[in-house]
Amino acid sequence: MNQRNPAISKGIDWSLVWIYLLLIIIGLTAIFAATYKEGDPIVQSFLRFGTDYSKQFYFFCIGALIAFFILLTDSKFFSATANLGYALGIAMLLIVFPFHSNVKGTESIIKLGAFNFQPAEFCKIFVALALAKYLSRPETDFTKTRSQFIATGIVLFPAALTILQSETGLALVFFSFFIVMFREGLPSAILLVGFAITALFVGTIIIEPNTLAIILTGIAFFVINLFRRQIRRRRRLLGSIILVWILCVGIQRFAVPFIFKNILQKHQVERIYDLFGKDNPYLETGEIVEMTAKEKESGTSYNVRQSKIAIGSGRVWGKGLLKATQTRYDFVPEQRTDFIFCTVGEGFGFLGSIILLVLYLLLLFRIVTIAERQRSVFSRCYAYGVASVFFFHIAINIAMTVGLAPVIGIPLPFISYGGTSLLTFTILLFVLIRLDADRQMVLR
Amino acid sequence: MSVFNQSRSRIIRLIFLVTFLVIAAQLFYLQVISGKYRQLAIDNAIFPKIIYPERGIIYDRKGKAILNNTISYDLMVTPAEVRNMDTLEFCRLMNIDTAEFKKRMLEARIKNTSVRPSVFEDLLTPQIQARFEENSWKFTGFTMVERPLRTYPFNAAAHILGYINEVSPREIENSGNFYRMGDYKGKTGLESYYENVLMGQRGVQYLIKDNKNRLVGKYENGSFDTAAVAGRGLRTYLDVELQQLAEKLMSNKVGGLVAIDPKTGGILAMVSGPNFNPNDLTGPDKSKNYGRMVLDVTGPMLNRAINGLYEPGSTFKPLGALVALDEGVITPSYGYPCGGRYTLCGHGKPACTHAGGGHAANLRLSIANSCNAYYAHVYRMTVDNPRYGNVKMGYLKWREYMNIFGLGVKLGVDLPSENRGNIPDTSVYNKENDNRWTSCTNLTLGIGQDKMQTTPLQMANAMCIIANRGYYYTPHFVQKIENETDDDTTVMNKFRKKHEVLTQIRDTSFNAVIEGMNDVVKFGTARIAQIPGIEVCAKTGTAENYTILDGKRIKLPNNSMFVCFAPKENPRIAIAVFVQNAGFGSTWAGPISRIMIEKYLNDTLQTKSKADLERIASTNLMPAYFKRLQFKTDSLRAIEWFQKTKDSSYLEKYTTIDVPVSSPPTSKSPHNRLERTELVAVLSFKKKNYPYKTGAPV
Repeated sequence: MNQRNPAISKGIDWSLVWIYLLLIIIGLTAIFAATYKEGDPIVQSFLRFGTDYSKQFYFFCIGALIAFFILLTDSKFFSATANLGYALGIAMLLIVFPFHSNVKGTESIIKLGAFNFQPAEFCKIFVALALAKYLSRPETDFTKTRSQFIATGIVLFPAALTILQSETGLALVFFSFFIVMFREGLPSAILLVGFAITALFVGTIIIEPNTLAIILTGIAFFVINLFRRQIRRRRRLLGSIILVWILCVGIQRFAVPFIFKNILQKHQVERIYDLFGKDNPYLETGEIVEMTAKEKESGTSYNVRQSKIAIGSGRVWGKGLLKATQTRYDFVPEQRTDFIFCTVGEGFGFLGSIILLVLYLLLLFRIVTIAERQRSVFSRCYAYGVASVFFFHIAINIAMTVGLAPVIGIPLPFISYGGTSLLTFTILLFVLIRLDADRQMVLR
Repeated sequence: MSVFNQSRSRIIRLIFLVTFLVIAAQLFYLQVISGKYRQLAIDNAIFPKIIYPERGIIYDRKGKAILNNTISYDLMVTPAEVRNMDTLEFCRLMNIDTAEFKKRMLEARIKNTSVRPSVFEDLLTPQIQARFEENSWKFTGFTMVERPLRTYPFNAAAHILGYINEVSPREIENSGNFYRMGDYKGKTGLESYYENVLMGQRGVQYLIKDNKNRLVGKYENGSFDTAAVAGRGLRTYLDVELQQLAEKLMSNKVGGLVAIDPKTGGILAMVSGPNFNPNDLTGPDKSKNYGRMVLDVTGPMLNRAINGLYEPGSTFKPLGALVALDEGVITPSYGYPCGGRYTLCGHGKPACTHAGGGHAANLRLSIANSCNAYYAHVYRMTVDNPRYGNVKMGYLKWREYMNIFGLGVKLGVDLPSENRGNIPDTSVYNKENDNRWTSCTNLTLGIGQDKMQTTPLQMANAMCIIANRGYYYTPHFVQKIENETDDDTTVMNKFRKKHEVLTQIRDTSFNAVIEGMNDVVKFGTARIAQIPGIEVCAKTGTAENYTILDGKRIKLPNNSMFVCFAPKENPRIAIAVFVQNAGFGSTWAGPISRIMIEKYLNDTLQTKSKADLERIASTNLMPAYFKRLQFKTDSLRAIEWFQKTKDSSYLEKYTTIDVPVSSPPTSKSPHNRLERTELVAVLSFKKKNYPYKTGAPV
């Protein structure tokens, strides 16, 4: 495409690089706006690594260096080392258990000198590569259930390890790889069932149990009535409808309470109920006081409330770079990391937010376009993997700050402060750019 | 392979797009549609700091500031900044103990968090302030903040000027949240009546606060700030020297005194006895003083000049004459053959101090000799006027006259809570007399008795009507409001309106009344009010009165009353003086009035008056029964307190101390001791043997 520098830049998709740079600039601006205090010496802070925005700038420099090396690497390297990388990733995840340092209630971080290293974050790269590798094997027939199970296993194993490290948010990211599998032929029915179960889940939270049971029964009768002719011919259909009905009521009555009581942690249940503006019914009376004091005051409902206030107060045009009162005076907790979108929303208003959203959407669509033009299945699967991870991060993070999703601590790609996440997203993107540069090649 | 499932890329794009659209819609709702988040953000981050303006100053007629502002200091503490301090030394300096210190620090934290300053002690006394200033470097976190304070440089006119205090929650609600917690507001007197003028306009400074409520700077460089506008001053008619003189004369007496300039209705002096120093209700001890005065049975906070109700007695007679003249039922030459008592109603009442000798041969003589029979008869002639058909209609007409004179209605003086006195309606007499009554039933109304009650202000105003020969201006204090606005003008117009009250009457008729009052001074009961070179017109009055104490009706000494105006031609001052339980009108109220007139018209006192001034000022005429009443209410309150709280610390002194004091002459319970019934409660308490406890002051 671009012939300026045939050695490295040959075939590089410059639109992605430009979007990348734009997002990095927005991110640095946002972190600057969120953390700069009047009278801070800006130049000195860059020399002394003193402030978050200067640190983030240096992380960007490291990222750029790594990106440069990735572009120098042969595309075959990525497919060849995919399985090895996956093994390495799992090993890193396992290594965390004995060696993790207890930072802010998570068990997923290893301290390497001055750096906090979070394997669960990096693992996304290896999983994306390994999944692509498995799906692109000539002997893999993805129409077979067995292959589908193996692919699911590849994705969910690291997810399970991450959950064990109390990083539910990062673990959920792995579920986004189902988009890749869907593209590669996972039956749509599974997606539909997934949607249905999600809807049932939400229904269970919002609607009173008995009412929901009556509604489900009503739906079952309606379906039986609708298919009464077919049922007359095939008795088994009636049986399966009844089975589905029993399953639904079972999930609603027993499975969901079981998950809320025994699997999820209390603060997670609280966050989910907060999202729908309901009180958590799974608390014992003694705990209510404790939870409300903790969670309601300093916890997530406070975060989301302050985040919505910050974004809402930005109005159409925003308050301007350093005039945002909510984000500048620390009303929104975690605003340089997970709640960085507030700074954009308050400082640059609806217009700025929409521009950022459009930029992200352009990025995602561009990646999908790139994916579809690959000759090799490996590259395509990897590209979809990247798109899925980005999409999940962007959608969940922004939805969380505007109060549409429960508070899940995952960063906003290229914008949020944090070295590991910036490097991870940079590597994910530039490996894709490298693979795309060799799109005429068939990788195995 | 790549063709396979390629259509799904479109579905994936669709999922991306829809998700982003949902988020965009929520953003649109939050940022464009819903306005509440903007307000919430302002509440979150912007702290409107109220800048209080200086209150307006009140001046007397000569331009002396009689109510002014001064600066006091509050000690503020920011608990987070307090470190390494010698608490013991600090407590010694402040005259508190360490427990109190801890309590106040905790209160400060609870009230304003530990990073914002709160009041540790308000209105430091000058001593503590000086001590703290010297040592302030030792106590980080403590600062002194200026606090404007009202001051009364002449220590005078407490009841007129009033005082300010913090607004109550109810007042905040009634003002539609105009006032805020901690605001000060005029509570009584001119401070209250002219609150809107005196308070000025609050300013607002918008400050940015952070998530811990610390103030970090000005919002938008102060471009939304509004400056405070100082309150406007009031120029009054008061003559502060005259006022101080009047207060001196009325000290240790119960009653009221009002002096008015008849030409303008401007009040020159107004005193209520017992009085208090207005500075007692500002400064550090104000709560203590307030508590003391509220519990005092003599009612030092009550302004008797506008709230004290007195039978006017003989001082009413000139008014009775004017009504009859205006109605045309008598002429100045009308005479009544009084033989010492009024006989036409059969019971021979009222009696008269004079008998025969033509002492009521005409109007002028009847006033000079204060003939009771004459005025009882004149009253009867007025209400029995055939023109109105029957006594009830006649009475209503008479009552209408009273109301026009300002009796039985509120005059509308510029002070809050004025009493209207009492001129009963016909319904009262209908009810009491089974609907059958004649002019004989209430004929003592004609001599200012029966159910008639007036305030000193009303009687002073009545003197203005006579002095002015038929008109008055509503009595008021404020002459001029600084930079008068349209709103102020509507208030002031009320006082600038001339009230013409007697229209039918001829000047010659007025002269008969005025000459009569002049004769009272020249030859009659008010000879004590003679001033060389000044023609004084006056009328004395003496009214019997009773009170009920310990279940018995006891007769108290007579109320001494005196109304007058001077000079006779072109009058400049009208005075009404009521001294409770002091004897004849001429004994106390008379000389008081004379000294006032002399001071106001001559600006100096004759030797005789100087001596009188000292004699009157040093005479205590407080009725003795107050002592007994005070003891009784205090001890009953102590019993009530004990019954509620089982705290006997107040009760103790009433059971152990037994001090007999001089009692009212006719009372049979002369000792300051608990009554039998009261003792029962105390004894039962002793039987149960409750431990003596000390409790907090009431």
